[in-house]
Amino acid sequence: MSSCHGRPEAIGLAAPPGPGAAPRLVALIGPPNSGKTTLFNRLTGLRQKVANFPGVTVEHHIGKAHLPGHHDVDIIDLPGVYSLTPRSEDEQVTHDVLHGAMPGLRRPDGVILILDSTNLQRHLPLAAAVLSLRLPTLVVLNMADDLRQRGGAIDTEALANQLGAPVVLVSAATGEGVKSVAQFLTGGIAVPRAVELPVLQDAPACRQWARRVSHDARYTHPAPPVWTRRLDAVFLHPLLGPLVFALVVAAVFQSIFSWARPLMDAVQAAVASSGEWMRAALPDGWIESLVVDGAWSGVGAVVVFLPQILLLFLFIALLEDSGYLARAALIADRTMARVGLQGKSFIPLLSAYACAVPAIMATRTIENRRDRIATILIAPFMTCSARLPVYTLIIAAFIPEKPFLGPFLGTRAAALLGLYLLGFLAAIGTAKLLKSSILRSDRTPFVLEMPPYRMPTLASVGLRLWDRALAFLKRAGTVILGVAVLLWVLASVPASDGQQPPIEQSLAGTLGRAIEPLIQPLGFNWKIGIGLITSLAAREVIVGTLGTIYGMDPDHNSAGLQAALQRELSFGGAVALLVFFAFAMQCMSTLAVVRRETGGWKWPAIQFLYMGALAYTCAWIAHTLLR
Amino acid sequence: MQLSFKAAARKRPPSSLADLPAGSEAVIDRLDLPEDLASRLMELGFIPGHRVSAALSAPGGDPRVFRIDGAEIALRRETARHILVRNN
Repeated sequence: MSSCHGRPEAIGLAAPPGPGAAPRLVALIGPPNSGKTTLFNRLTGLRQKVANFPGVTVEHHIGKAHLPGHHDVDIIDLPGVYSLTPRSEDEQVTHDVLHGAMPGLRRPDGVILILDSTNLQRHLPLAAAVLSLRLPTLVVLNMADDLRQRGGAIDTEALANQLGAPVVLVSAATGEGVKSVAQFLTGGIAVPRAVELPVLQDAPACRQWARRVSHDARYTHPAPPVWTRRLDAVFLHPLLGPLVFALVVAAVFQSIFSWARPLMDAVQAAVASSGEWMRAALPDGWIESLVVDGAWSGVGAVVVFLPQILLLFLFIALLEDSGYLARAALIADRTMARVGLQGKSFIPLLSAYACAVPAIMATRTIENRRDRIATILIAPFMTCSARLPVYTLIIAAFIPEKPFLGPFLGTRAAALLGLYLLGFLAAIGTAKLLKSSILRSDRTPFVLEMPPYRMPTLASVGLRLWDRALAFLKRAGTVILGVAVLLWVLASVPASDGQQPPIEQSLAGTLGRAIEPLIQPLGFNWKIGIGLITSLAAREVIVGTLGTIYGMDPDHNSAGLQAALQRELSFGGAVALLVFFAFAMQCMSTLAVVRRETGGWKWPAIQFLYMGALAYTCAWIAHTLLR
Repeated sequence: MQLSFKAAARKRPPSSLADLPAGSEAVIDRLDLPEDLASRLMELGFIPGHRVSAALSAPGGDPRVFRIDGAEIALRRETARHILVRNN
């Protein structure tokens, strides 16, 4: 690429790739809360996938922008950054990708820089840094609708001349102006004459430059966001704020438990009837048994929980996209500070209610390494969605549904809420323990931007749910299917007279009996023991395992899983099982991600042993007290 | 304590953001903070000479939200204490 000043017009992206040329790659970068992901989703739709950069933990999405009449363009969504100075891991990744220093990824052919038009002066210094890389760059000023509504204005042509790069005003949320981004990708956008941008080292000089540029581009700062102020007056009110916070949390839990019910019943009915259909279609024998009793009932028992998991992700997406999550972090900061953490740990910990894996990845926004490791170590205590299938099953089997706190909260929802609280308390206690011993550090600064409230868009929330549903089904189709088949095999050998052995005499039964002495004090028998072994892969696997075990056990063939459990477990044993699942580290994906994030086996090993010991001790106490 | 208070009142030295009552405005004088935190805050707009105002806070008054350059940034009291401000 030429580095001289008087660049010819329409460089780089305008040139069509030759035959066999690699698809063009464009990096999408911008500060947090600038609507980067919304634009990315607009451009790529469902043609995107998640990937990890080699050697680092930062996750990124790569998608294809489909441009009718042109070659597709690969778009890479980089982490949100305020500057290109590589201080945090996110900034390092962005810096490396833009400089072509990221192993396994070639240098992008162009950049789409997205800035929040309602906050132009603050975001312009990033433009100076990006433009000085001399890659073909489109400056996208997002939130055009917001800017207009609040009486702000900008002369994009004047700004383009100031920056020496094309500037477009869009609203990624409504789709306004997004066409011009596609024009940039096909090379159909006029590029102004390049200008010499000042080399800016310190923030005050940057800001002075930004002030001058925005003044020359006739930028009118929008009026303060009235609705954000009004909503904050409620959500950050000294009394109403915490009340709303508590209501939001309670509403989420009550609804995932009651609203998901009809959907889950529908999925269950579909799984059962398709299983019967397969049984009828397949010839009798071991193949039929493997497919229907092994694979299908094992996977089906887990897929039933898809509606519940999606509902939880729906709430988290709504809270995050609306901007409430940042207020929640603010409200939570004092509580988090009390255990030595900070409000920023709250966001990963809240995500951990959905899944510990993305939560642990989200900890990289915490600058202090000790705080970050402490957050990683306690995140798996938060009740992730994989525990829900186990909790739901046992609660439904052992706790009768009655009103508990008026019509709003039933006994079952209250029990579930109690388990969430239990995990939370374990996390808090562990954090306190860690921060006062091996991870002691000075209190770290808490700096958090409060984004204006925004209406979450259907497209963005829908895409995230789609992403999650695919990930869940992929897991059900791989790990859980594999465990289900393995378990069926363990339960089917050694065969006697070509018949399946009774479950007690099978290999699985032998394994379960081998660990029975260890788990007897907790009130678990060998069948639960098999479930505990298989759930080391992933917590929800125990439900499929129990489905397979009881599905194959002639005694319980006709009984539902709940009825079977009621016969197998005492009330104390059921509570012990809940407590065990609340505390134990039964998730290989989490251990793998902890190893990657902390750079070794030390922390995941400590975590696994600590959580296991706590789970065993507390389950024993619960069983002993309730016997 | 009393003596120094009198002396302070006469000279009117810069007070800190932590003492800024909700709803009132001041001008940032300097950031008495470690280098990397100071530059992070400056990237977010806490630059000497810029106007800042105190907005709502979490229950209990800490952390507090500050408005600067049209953005709202939350800081803990212990950080705000080291951002010195003057009245105009």
